[in-house]
Amino acid sequence: MDWTLIFIRAVEAGIGTEAVIYGLAAIGLNIHFGYTGLLNFGQAGFLAVGAYGVATTVATFGLPFWLGIAVGLAAAVLFALLLGIPTLRLRADYLAIVTIAAAEIVRLVVRSVALQDTFGGTDGLEAFSDDFYGMNIYAPGSYDIGPIGFDHRTMWVLTVGWVLVAIACTVVYLVMKSPWGRVLKAIREDEDAVRSLGKNVFSYKMQALVFGGVIGALAGFLFALSRAATQPDLFSTELTFFAYTVLILGGAARVLGPVLGAVVFWCLLILVKTGMEEAVNHQVITFITVNQVGSINYMLVGLGLILLLIYRPQGILGDKREIALDAR
Amino acid sequence: MHAETVNRKAEALAALASVPSEPGAPKPDPILVVDNVVRRFGGLTAVEVEHVEVQRGSITALIGPNGAGKTTFFNQLTGFDTADSGTWTFNGKPMNGVSAHQVARQGMVRTFQLTKALSKLTVMENMRLGAQKQRGENFFRALVASLWQPQEDEITIRAEELLERFKLAAKRDDFAGSLSGGQRKLLEMARALMVGPELVMLDEPMAGVNPALTQSLLGHVKDLREQGMTVLFVEHDMDMVRDISDWVIVMAQGAVIAEGPPDTIMADARVIDAYLGAHHDAPLTTAEAEEQLHQAEAELEAEIEEKA
Repeated sequence: MDWTLIFIRAVEAGIGTEAVIYGLAAIGLNIHFGYTGLLNFGQAGFLAVGAYGVATTVATFGLPFWLGIAVGLAAAVLFALLLGIPTLRLRADYLAIVTIAAAEIVRLVVRSVALQDTFGGTDGLEAFSDDFYGMNIYAPGSYDIGPIGFDHRTMWVLTVGWVLVAIACTVVYLVMKSPWGRVLKAIREDEDAVRSLGKNVFSYKMQALVFGGVIGALAGFLFALSRAATQPDLFSTELTFFAYTVLILGGAARVLGPVLGAVVFWCLLILVKTGMEEAVNHQVITFITVNQVGSINYMLVGLGLILLLIYRPQGILGDKREIALDAR
Repeated sequence: MHAETVNRKAEALAALASVPSEPGAPKPDPILVVDNVVRRFGGLTAVEVEHVEVQRGSITALIGPNGAGKTTFFNQLTGFDTADSGTWTFNGKPMNGVSAHQVARQGMVRTFQLTKALSKLTVMENMRLGAQKQRGENFFRALVASLWQPQEDEITIRAEELLERFKLAAKRDDFAGSLSGGQRKLLEMARALMVGPELVMLDEPMAGVNPALTQSLLGHVKDLREQGMTVLFVEHDMDMVRDISDWVIVMAQGAVIAEGPPDTIMADARVIDAYLGAHHDAPLTTAEAEEQLHQAEAELEAEIEEKA
């Protein structure tokens, strides 16, 4: 078995495109769920409106890239308002039901045959990322640090991605230590107490939903641009649940929780996957085939999430006293 | 300080002296005026208050048996539940249909029967949360600490003074979840004061508080009046009601059935009826109790004689 290959793949995944995208998606979820206690199960929807915002504007309508970014952000804000206005006055569980459905509606709309001319149906859209890669600061070629290497396009995605992660984390850090963040944390615990102290709870929950949704849209931009294409089925419900796993693994209600969670999650996922593939290829494991490795890997994610919630609901960085997951 | 203490209580009592002891009696200077508030849950009429006024600067107790609608009435007035009909004014301003946070901003601040200390925030953060018009509660200003930090420092000083008064200063940086039941009640009351209320509405402030803390809590309630606030509180314990209230409003089955100074109310047959229900023959006064005792003794003696 090639242990070096396994570790290189794992490290590459830990700092790679997926880790950045899921890190950003989970930072958004952290604002919703970690700090405010909003059960948003539709984070995939926010990524989708971001990705399709930029892709549709540029690829379908031939408009400038930056306008596409603006459309994506505006779409995320609008999506948050649409979700929030009917549900944020109700109990927390309603938001969970509505968000999971709304994210599916977004996915089904962009993959629909009727709107194929606009959104590209199941094939999705491509040819919208030229302007993005036109801004690339890296000359064509491969960039290697020891055995780990990325091509110039990936390097550009990662640079933009990690800068966005750094900015998002800084903003989250600043607002969460402010009185604004204090109101959110208080809402997470008891809305009525916060109302009785003269705070407009609905408005704060809406602000949190929009803020986290916009960060989700940033993840959506990166997702689409990194692949230079976008398909509807990238934004299925499992994206949201992976983002939750990332968040809980790293530690909810911690600024760096989602980032650490994303790095560790993708490292582990690829470590186990490549490890299993290598083991099968070298006949160390004989009762499964290489084709089954992917499915087994995702079963292990589910098992891992269950064990995590039972034995360490606060994740790596979290404070058990503060976490909203006090089921026990 | 002490002279003033006597003053405020005397003022309140003097103002209420000429008010007749009857349901819906008008007060000389009402801060809260309620008219025809009705709240139904399905077929059950939880609240049906025709008219009631609360005198400014007084401590008014709202009493009544379980299920009388006291808490529901509180919820209507503070915007936590929507009344089916009715109007009420606070400082002359109509308050029906006003949302809970707006009610608090106007200066009508409540606490809860089941204490809502935010246990995952520190005691100090709980206190700071109560302060109004915080610049740092705006998302964009929150990003720049220098815009809100000076105000935060002022808030902290005010909070520290209150914590000192409520004997919670030592707990300043502890999570509120680590406080005892009574301390949570104290914190909730102190936090409500951070809002800067004119009318403080306490829903069962003494429930679940150990006797050692009760006296201190009573003292704090009296202090609120000394500082010029009006207090309306729900309570079960008649001794405490007698001890601190200037005026008592009695609710039963959703309606106000009696009003008056504590001593008058304690002697009111309707009140005793509402409270004791099935025990109609229970003694109301010491004289009655003695008479009943004698009667029982006589019956026993007669029985013994019969056997002999």
